[in-house]
Amino acid sequence: MIYRRRPTPLHAARAAAACAYLGSLLLVALLFEHPLVLAADLVAVLGVIVLARATPALRTFGPLALSLALLIALVNPFVVREGLTVIARLGELGPLGRLDLTLEATVYGGVLGLRAAVLILAFVPYSTAVDPDGVLRLFRRFGFRSALSATLATRMVGVLARDARRRADAQRCRPRPAGRLAMTRAVTAGALDRAIDVAATLEVRGYGAAGRRPPGTRTPWSRHDLAYLAAGMLIAATAIAARAAGLAALRPYPTLELSTGPLVWALAGLIVVAAWLPFADRRGVAA
Amino acid sequence: MSVLELDRFTYSYPHAARPALRDLSLAVGEGEFVVLAGTSGSGKSTLLRAACGLVPHFHGGEAAGHLRTGGLDTREHGPGDLAAHAGTLFQDPETQVVMGTVRAELAFPLENRGDGRAAVARGVEEAALALGLGDLLDRPTHELSGGELQRVALGAALAGRPRLVLLDEPTSQLDPVAGDELIGLLRRLNEEWGTAVVLAEHRLERCLSAADRVIALRDGTLACDSEPRAFLEWAGREDPALQTPGARLFERAGLRPPPTGVKQARATLRAHGLQPAPGGQRPDGPAATPAGAPVLRARNLWFEWPHGRAVLRGLATEIAAGERVALMGRNGAGKSTLLRCLAGLSRPTRGKVQTAGRVALLLQNPADYLVAETVEGELRAPALEATGLPAGRDPRDLSGGERQRLALAIVLDADEPPAAVALDEPTRGMDRARKGELAEQLGRLAAAGTAVIVATHDVEFAAAVAARVLLLGDGRVVADGPAAEVLTGGWYFATETARILGGAGGALLPEQGAPLVTPNLEVPTP
Repeated sequence: MIYRRRPTPLHAARAAAACAYLGSLLLVALLFEHPLVLAADLVAVLGVIVLARATPALRTFGPLALSLALLIALVNPFVVREGLTVIARLGELGPLGRLDLTLEATVYGGVLGLRAAVLILAFVPYSTAVDPDGVLRLFRRFGFRSALSATLATRMVGVLARDARRRADAQRCRPRPAGRLAMTRAVTAGALDRAIDVAATLEVRGYGAAGRRPPGTRTPWSRHDLAYLAAGMLIAATAIAARAAGLAALRPYPTLELSTGPLVWALAGLIVVAAWLPFADRRGVAA
Repeated sequence: MSVLELDRFTYSYPHAARPALRDLSLAVGEGEFVVLAGTSGSGKSTLLRAACGLVPHFHGGEAAGHLRTGGLDTREHGPGDLAAHAGTLFQDPETQVVMGTVRAELAFPLENRGDGRAAVARGVEEAALALGLGDLLDRPTHELSGGELQRVALGAALAGRPRLVLLDEPTSQLDPVAGDELIGLLRRLNEEWGTAVVLAEHRLERCLSAADRVIALRDGTLACDSEPRAFLEWAGREDPALQTPGARLFERAGLRPPPTGVKQARATLRAHGLQPAPGGQRPDGPAATPAGAPVLRARNLWFEWPHGRAVLRGLATEIAAGERVALMGRNGAGKSTLLRCLAGLSRPTRGKVQTAGRVALLLQNPADYLVAETVEGELRAPALEATGLPAGRDPRDLSGGERQRLALAIVLDADEPPAAVALDEPTRGMDRARKGELAEQLGRLAAAGTAVIVATHDVEFAAAVAARVLLLGDGRVVADGPAAEVLTGGWYFATETARILGGAGGALLPEQGAPLVTPNLEVPTP
């Protein structure tokens, strides 16, 4: 889960273009609840992961995304009492009271799970294919705190991954293994300590010195920069327009209402094609 | 003119029962090379953090008095402003490098202060040349070794050509070669650029010869502020834990003044006609090698990373019950990997490891072992009692030495005693008193029949603990023999006593060396 320069068009794009592009895929997941659009977004993100040669990171984030998606999908029908189409009557269940599982809550749980999976997996290409130094330079023009947060979040991925490996090794050396809860607490505390160390280093390197603006870079935009920026803008603009027009709407309760039709399919298709298209141009990318 | 000035400065960390620095007044002039000495918890790190503005701006807490860095009062200026005047380097290289490539890392502080592109490019080139980083400029930082990372972090601290550089135990994770290189580099920067240096260090023998002045802290107050020789005289009287091995050698031999380095010590011995001849009778080490049965056996051990680099290359060795072995060598020589293979934590690519029982492995960072909210949550009652640590304390609040003790107790806390205990760099950041306690504990384990294997860069600690030294180079054993032989035969992997005496009599420790330069003292018998 560490950025390494690889010969892919996404790696060749500048941080601003790559962030805009990946941001547009996040935006789709946040704007829409329609299962077809979310599925298209998931397909687009998975394709980006493959095309950006980030599949090894799926070993870490794949199970996390899948387990969280399943958890949300399973929990939602048990905690949401809305929906009129009862598919199972579970009767009195202790403190939960009388529980009827509805089709609407079940479907909506799946939608929320799908959305969570897309949001998690979109960070795989971000952390492996977007130059963190470029992200830092990009954000610090807008403000110290936002840049610090973005930098810390990016930089900590590698540091925490190494910490996690070390900690796992140390636990294997214990004759009496520690419990999961204790481990989780220790890992969380360790992550906070590490974040503080990295933040202290940023401070003593003069990050955030009052009144100083770092010089901007004047590198010409490459074809990859333009391609990813254009794809990101196309996806974002289409998604915003479609949302404003009420296209691909989902009303889960009281009864499931799902808009269908060729335009919804067209929107889903456009998301996938626009997300993958910038990878077609490999000129200037070393083999 | 002072680049660092403290005027009755007092500071307490948030929720601390007592101040970490108390009523401290001192000044560091331009171009001075100052070593900060003191035992663990004396306030060295806090003073450095105050000088760079992290205290109190970043850590919070309460401060009184004044502290000025480069003329800026830290009451009004935070670390970002002070960075233009003071470069800072901490202990852990991993968290001090924040950019993806070496070039970006060196450019980072220059960009932060708003330098133009041409000035940034020039600053990067100059810092790279000064620190020998030219070949690393376009390397990703996550591929660098610990020594390289520390050099890059120093480069970033110096890129803006600050008038003052603050360093908190920067050599604690480096091998003797890289550590000496770093100190040499600081001396050169100090002499050629006139950069003032304030260096906190436990291994004073590494840096005293380069220093103009030593400031010793005790419980957050100024205990001594003098030139190095006078400091060593003071340490001999007031705080023996701060004496260097050379000073202890001279004190035991009844010689004065105490030497600040090997060159000075040899000159004094020559002047007194006391330089012993090389060779001679070898004193016994801290423990004679027992003739126990082998409990660890490695045969034709190879370890290769998936990308092909071989870390161990056909290594073979045997370690007996109750034996004390120090594993030494440069960073990347294969010490940690060998320990991991012996303990079963890593699977060798080829070859075999045979053990007569469990190998308890204590990795480099003891905090990685600590997961419970209290000390008693980590250990069973008998093991807890043996540590002598307070049962109700949060392990994260323990000092470095106490954490090390707790982590060692954790890996030993099993129904059956281990056949061997292996420790990877256990003395990082430890003062001499804590190292002595650890050496005693390891001695007790060895006496009970447990083989002890310590991978360490700390030559003095190796000499105090080990009877046998395995010196690794490029994944192979390049020397294997009694400590008195291996640690007296080299330039880098030799104790200060051995270097002063030229390896005479195989003396490694001041106690062993003193009789060789004092005719009326007898060689100690075991």
